[in-house]
Amino acid sequence: MTNQVTSTAPQGTPPPDPDDRITTLLAHADDNMVLAQRLGELISNTPELEIDIALGNKALDHLGVARALYTHAGKTEGEGRTEDDLAMFRTERDYTNLLLVEQPNGDFAHTMMLQLLFDAYQMELWKDLSGSTDETLGGIAAKALKEATYHLRFSSGWVIRLGDGTEESHHRAQNGVDALWRYTSEMFEGEAGKYRSAWTTTIEAVFVEANLEVPSAPYQRTGGRGGFHTEHLGFLLAEMQWVQRSYPGLQW
Amino acid sequence: MVTAPTISIVSARRVAASVVDPEIPVLTIDDLGILRSVEINQGRAIVTITPTYSGCPAMGQIEDDIVTAFEKVGVEDVEVETVHFPAWSTDWISEDGHRKLSEFGIAPPIPEPDVLCPRCDASAPKLIARFGSTACKALMVCSSCGEPFDYFKQF
Repeated sequence: MTNQVTSTAPQGTPPPDPDDRITTLLAHADDNMVLAQRLGELISNTPELEIDIALGNKALDHLGVARALYTHAGKTEGEGRTEDDLAMFRTERDYTNLLLVEQPNGDFAHTMMLQLLFDAYQMELWKDLSGSTDETLGGIAAKALKEATYHLRFSSGWVIRLGDGTEESHHRAQNGVDALWRYTSEMFEGEAGKYRSAWTTTIEAVFVEANLEVPSAPYQRTGGRGGFHTEHLGFLLAEMQWVQRSYPGLQW
Repeated sequence: MVTAPTISIVSARRVAASVVDPEIPVLTIDDLGILRSVEINQGRAIVTITPTYSGCPAMGQIEDDIVTAFEKVGVEDVEVETVHFPAWSTDWISEDGHRKLSEFGIAPPIPEPDVLCPRCDASAPKLIARFGSTACKALMVCSSCGEPFDYFKQF
């Protein structure tokens, strides 16, 4: 897929603007950072020990990707900003994560639905970026792709089990779709539009097995990539950043 | 000005290779394949490693342990660099590493259908949890001896 894009590029295309690259790296880093923080909130609160461990592992995967991307963005920028500077000293307006990942945890079905919608997107994203000409980004993406495969297997398994389960679990899973669907279009804005059809195929296959329906209302919310967030992000960042902001320079 | 190296490259390589994974202490970072290179530049030891999993919490510990290992042999100037490309895979775990894992009670990273119980060698164990005690492991149970065990996920 990427080859096609390259081959149709006109001769003498200027190298990508470093600012654009940093913007992209930060957007993906922010997605992973924010979701890691949300998943971290669930530790010790899930229905079973195995799920607790699985979601803790998933949080750790996202945190690891975020750290690697922040570090890489900082180096690319060349102004000495570290992963901590980028994660802990940027405000809500600076964060460009998707609205989807900042949504608060609901019940278990809601949380699994959120993971599914995002995991299916990350599968396509990492597949694409693992062929990046930026070697470091390519390496991070290749690793993240393997992790996303595990994530998707877990979230799709649970969504099918819940959607195709009892009346109550089905109801809750459908509520999850209805609540979160409005944040899905944002994943495919701009260049990311190329991920949409593969993502839709994945989601549709899961929904068929899970007896779930896509909401008919086309209403969609966007803004995260431009730094315009739902009210939830500010609270999340406040909790995540307060130690570093109170005692700047603290290290792991 | 050139500072004389305080350690030979061969010894430096040996020192770095002796550091063990804090979560699977039977494996050295060399067995795991995450030790990419060791260089000596004007007395400074530069060790390059690659993370196993993106969020592997052992990486920070491993960095500290590398520095400590060099300090023990009198090398104070140590730099640990992390590279992400190419991405680590379980294929980089040595034959020796596979054997040590098995002896330790962890099924080594081979394709899931081929996994044998590390205790009784029975085939076709059952997967209990895809996410196990650490990011790199899943939890299985032997269908013959009934013993639960960790499986190092093929990655």
